[in-house]
Amino acid sequence: MIEIKNIHKTFGEHEVLSGISANFKPGVNNLIIGGSGSGKTTLLKCIVGLHEPTEGDVLFNGENFTDMGFEERVPIRTHIGMLFQNSALFDSMTVEENIMFPLNLFTNQSKAEKRERANFCLERVNLAGKNKLYPSELSGGMKKRVGIARAISMQPKYLFVDEPNSGLDPMTSILIDDLISELTEEYQITTVVVTHDMNSVMGIGDHILFLHQGKKWWEGSNKEIAHTDNKELNDFVFASKFMRAAKAKL
Amino acid sequence: MIQSLGRYILLLRLSFRKPEKFTVYWAEVMREMVSAGIGSLGIIMIISLFIGAAVTIQTAFQLVSPLIAKSVVGGITRDSMVLEFSPTISSLVLAGRVGSSMASQIGTMRVTEQIDALEIMGVNAPGYLISPKVIAGVSMFPLLVIVSVLLGFMGGYIACFSSSEVTTDDFMIGLSDGFNSVIITVCMVKAVVFGFIITTICSYQGFYTKGGALEVGQAATRGVVYSCVMILLFDLIISRLFL
Repeated sequence: MIEIKNIHKTFGEHEVLSGISANFKPGVNNLIIGGSGSGKTTLLKCIVGLHEPTEGDVLFNGENFTDMGFEERVPIRTHIGMLFQNSALFDSMTVEENIMFPLNLFTNQSKAEKRERANFCLERVNLAGKNKLYPSELSGGMKKRVGIARAISMQPKYLFVDEPNSGLDPMTSILIDDLISELTEEYQITTVVVTHDMNSVMGIGDHILFLHQGKKWWEGSNKEIAHTDNKELNDFVFASKFMRAAKAKL
Repeated sequence: MIQSLGRYILLLRLSFRKPEKFTVYWAEVMREMVSAGIGSLGIIMIISLFIGAAVTIQTAFQLVSPLIAKSVVGGITRDSMVLEFSPTISSLVLAGRVGSSMASQIGTMRVTEQIDALEIMGVNAPGYLISPKVIAGVSMFPLLVIVSVLLGFMGGYIACFSSSEVTTDDFMIGLSDGFNSVIITVCMVKAVVFGFIITTICSYQGFYTKGGALEVGQAATRGVVYSCVMILLFDLIISRLFL
């Protein structure tokens, strides 16, 4: 479980996050949603330690991550997998080398064991046999799936996903969402997904945190979101004609 | 300026932390050595041959007095190549070839979140990305400079062979006459220092790139320009200290 307590983040004079607290439980899809500039990616970066919060704490299974130094964080980091918005695959490495990279650094497995694990991860994301391709030879959706395969290679306890659907067609988006959801449930991972894609929200949003102007504006599930009277959340969720039409049918 | 210097020193400290796994880092060092060393051999060979030949011809052109032995041309070529042309000019060229490549590679990794991905995994990103480049730089640059010196001499020899100003025998006598081993020490110190300057400054510029493709290009340019200025400054400092 991940707990965030009273997270503040300031860049110069500008306060991006203002006192955000939440709990993210394992085995459910935790979604952070909000409009552009609402602070959702900054919050994700504060949780994983890419940004240091100006104030507040992040706890991984009760251990205060914020207070730790680089060396102390390594054991927790080896349990973290992250899928970046642009996949962030290492260009100079093949798909297989990308997946084996954390295994090479943090395990003492033999080459055969690492290769077996890489094959398993690739099969899990439906990319079996693509081991020798370079990232430049992959489509956007395939890159995302390789990113997921790399993220799960170390059997993480925590999975962070930044905008998994950006730049993808609706079919591939659903495929990625389903994959994240299946992995979360199957391995009981604590998953935190940052998105503004309403299909993801309605499809896999077990626990949703809505950010607005750097503050936690609303918290609930996708079942509750359609019935909320929170104006800002309604404006965000039902911005599209399609969503408004869907609401009218409810 | 002081803030940048502080960040540069801190980045160097982070770069030389204990590696997560020695074998993985060693493989990176080997890769960088091939890239910086073997990859630069061609351009170093070409410029050294031409500079050696040009220095010999120009020195012979200026030494027209019958009171000065023709073999002096060999001595001047040797000292010029060993003390200045091989370490300094080669390093200025390598700043353009190796340094810009390092800055743009690390810069691209920064703007495409590949460095963030390393950090999330628990990898010491400066150590993994920068230390192999620095080790490759300080170990391969002296070797490249030795190659450059030898090819500079060969260029001078060819220039003598193809002209009637100085005979090849005079040139060879001049190369060995009045040899002082301190010039080799100065040459190697310069090569190591310049290797360190290029790899660390360009890596620093790449590592703190923000933005996109435009900023990556700017970081590479800054890396090369600052490296060249520092090479010339340290060229002066080392010459003053040793000679």
